[in-house]
Amino acid sequence: MSKVLNLENTARRTWLKSMGAGGLILAVGSAGNVFAQTAAAAKEVKYGGDGMPGGLVDDPLVFVSIDAAGVVSVVCHRSEMGQGVRTSFTMVVADELEADLTRVKVVQALGDEARYGNQNTDGSRSLRHSMAPLRRVGAAARAMLETAAAARWKVPVGEVQARMHELVHLPSGRKLGFGEVALAAAALPVPAPASLKLKTPAQFRYIGKDNTPSIDGADIVRGRAVYGTDIRLDGMVYAVVARPPVLGGKLKRFDAAKALKVPGVLRVIELKSTPLPANHHPLGGVAVVAKNTWSAIKGREALELEWEDGAHASYDSVAYKTTLEAAARQPAKAVRNDGNATAALAKATRRVQAEYYLPHIAHATMEPPVATARIVDNRCEIWAPTQAPQGARDFVAKTIGFKPEQVTMNVTLLGGGFGRKSKFDFIAEAALVSQALGGTPVKLQWTREDDIHHDYFHTVAVEHMESALDAKGKPTAWLHRSAAPSISSTFALGSNTLQPFEMGMTAINVPFQIPNVRIETPVAEAHTRIGWFRSVYNIPHAFAVQSFVSELAAEAKRDPKDYLLELIGPARRIDPRTLSDQTNYGESPETYPIDTGRMARVVRLAAAGAKWGRKLPKGRGLGIAVAYSFMSYVATVIEVEVDTKGTLRIIAVDMAVDCGPQVNTERIRSQLEGAVIMGLGLTKHGEITFRDGRVVQSNFNDHAMLRHNEAPRDIRVHFAPADYSVAPGGVGEPGLPPVAPALCNAIFAATGKRIRRLPIGEQLTVA
Amino acid sequence: MITLDINNRQVNVDVPPDMPLLWALRDELGMTGTKFGCGLGLCGACTVHMGGEAVRSCVLPVSAAVGQRITTIEHLESDTLGAAVQAAWMAANVPQCGYCQGGQVMSAVALLKSKPKPTDSDIDEAMSGNICRCGTYTRIRTAIKQVSAQLGAKS
Repeated sequence: MSKVLNLENTARRTWLKSMGAGGLILAVGSAGNVFAQTAAAAKEVKYGGDGMPGGLVDDPLVFVSIDAAGVVSVVCHRSEMGQGVRTSFTMVVADELEADLTRVKVVQALGDEARYGNQNTDGSRSLRHSMAPLRRVGAAARAMLETAAAARWKVPVGEVQARMHELVHLPSGRKLGFGEVALAAAALPVPAPASLKLKTPAQFRYIGKDNTPSIDGADIVRGRAVYGTDIRLDGMVYAVVARPPVLGGKLKRFDAAKALKVPGVLRVIELKSTPLPANHHPLGGVAVVAKNTWSAIKGREALELEWEDGAHASYDSVAYKTTLEAAARQPAKAVRNDGNATAALAKATRRVQAEYYLPHIAHATMEPPVATARIVDNRCEIWAPTQAPQGARDFVAKTIGFKPEQVTMNVTLLGGGFGRKSKFDFIAEAALVSQALGGTPVKLQWTREDDIHHDYFHTVAVEHMESALDAKGKPTAWLHRSAAPSISSTFALGSNTLQPFEMGMTAINVPFQIPNVRIETPVAEAHTRIGWFRSVYNIPHAFAVQSFVSELAAEAKRDPKDYLLELIGPARRIDPRTLSDQTNYGESPETYPIDTGRMARVVRLAAAGAKWGRKLPKGRGLGIAVAYSFMSYVATVIEVEVDTKGTLRIIAVDMAVDCGPQVNTERIRSQLEGAVIMGLGLTKHGEITFRDGRVVQSNFNDHAMLRHNEAPRDIRVHFAPADYSVAPGGVGEPGLPPVAPALCNAIFAATGKRIRRLPIGEQLTVA
Repeated sequence: MITLDINNRQVNVDVPPDMPLLWALRDELGMTGTKFGCGLGLCGACTVHMGGEAVRSCVLPVSAAVGQRITTIEHLESDTLGAAVQAAWMAANVPQCGYCQGGQVMSAVALLKSKPKPTDSDIDEAMSGNICRCGTYTRIRTAIKQVSAQLGAKS
């Protein structure tokens, strides 16, 4: 029996197939690549952007417009959440167009994948997928301008060249501005992609050049940038919602009498809960609508509420850790089995075993979830900080009983995303409340407490590692059991093991030279909404894998960097399928093999940047880790100091990155700096716990973020040389996975104490 | 009706006296540069100046702002130091998502007003109330020091 669930509304839109009673296979981006192996019906497998819903569009008439004054507008169809996509996309188009970047502005696209192609802003995919089509957009627009100018001058088009916002007739030196021929150019046929003359990297004016200012920088520092929470409409009211505190819970009864007496409160509306799976559904509860946000919050405090908690009311983080550990200590389903790791471990004389724990983490975007909705004449218009505008549009339509074409999805700037704003619950909530109000414009604001209590949390995980070392200290066996609830549990009841796309994140695809490798996925039931968090399962997997490598090095009495390089081995390009990885982040295994030469190079670069091997004073230590994720390679070296009281100070961080081509070099650097801060924060402090099914933490007082005083003074980013001959890698996420293991490896080097449970919290200060 | 002095203008708001200044600014006056982040004075996204000092508007009742000179991020450009800090922020490409940066800039300006030559520990003390989830802390420190160096060069 095989039943197909087409989850077209998930944000990292994926196809989930339920294969009989056994496992679930979840493939990112492309259903085809999973089934290519077994399916006799060998239909064409699509990878990368072509495999995403909506595919890729490279029509210049969709993305570029030029007014009579020559001002170029470039449409950005991905969401800006700090990764700089509005600047980077504009750079790519402007470069091939030969436009002057100071005369280019950016226009944010509505959610409309039929027009723009895929718009999901996740998976570190925006430039990875769009760099090539956007170069074609720019080059095609340039060719059209050149053709129009040649026609105006009645000269062969080969004599005309676009140069820095002008069209130049080379023999005569005559010039025309872009604006003077824009109208004529737009009427021309769009040239075929094969006919386009793309620049060589040596000709790039903006791509790969450092220090391009952010296109939104001036608005941001002047308080003029418009985020989701900044939308204001005529007649707009404000709402907050009291939601069931336990997953799957619902309202038993409520009394709004006191709330309605709070000055400014206008209405109290019951919102129905939806049966599990949670999917993107709003959680239900009670909405309080008021004349301003403050009155809505005060009104909510005055509600009398009684909840029916349901099946997850006993979820308890302490007990659940024990449950996961028990699962991780038993043999489980193998998803990769090279050689015979079980036998090699059984007969080994030197065995090393370790378990690593990562708790739930909250996204805690600085802008909490928020959306504004209104309904006029059977048309719903939304303004939202969303990472997936078409998915949000479709989901809102379904939620309020509209067709997608009746919904307009305006995308604001996002005050942080990190995967939280790939979910649609908060947007659908705003639409439901507006609908209940007869279409009145409403801004539905989540408070910080709402955000922390009702996140789609990063998974909790126990990673069980075993290895056997030979007489020289080299591993002969590698066993990794990853016990963690899967994101797929949020979309399909009964999904209780990690899926291929999750194991493809630094677990199944370890490229080490070890003869016997066994990777297993024990059962782990979810009791809360599990979601995508920046770099996703790479966080627990890289923490375990890269900590364990350091532990093996210590056992073998070897330098951790040298040992890591030996495990990586000689430079070779590994087809991920030979590592039993069928997902490869949705990318072609031919275009994106795992390149151990590139992996080793970033290790050497980061080590050199940190002057690895130098003599350090007592209490100081260096730790190293590397991770390949989202088609990029990042190695991290962290220097720490731990004093006699156990106070941890992070002295410096050196990171080396190889993402292939570089577009916005300055933003690559800042994304990696940011990943360091986020990684250090979650390693030191990040922990969401549950008691009685409820989240214990509620705000930044009990869920600490890394702050200025804890941040390293030096974060140095080292680049492998930009390489435009390989396919682009991601940038937003790959900086995060190596941070936790590098930090814990550094602590071990400084103190001899091994941190295997995150967050570090008080573990260094408690004897 | 409550009268407030905001950005050198007298404005009237019809709100309960216990409403935090943040919501009066954002919802009643339409000044959305000041951001909501936590509601408890823990993250600094809502930082404004009251009499030149950085305060968290999410926990400051409007009644406490009466008779005080309030400055918000929207008005900072008109201040020489404010404009210099904003320019340094752009030169160092500080913002990523930018949501917290209005508050960061307000805290930095208040710091530099009181201590034109802040030490690292002065920066820690003045800035640690402002959370940035994108992780721009090292660049913020660089930008503050750059402005401080400029101030030194001028004096």
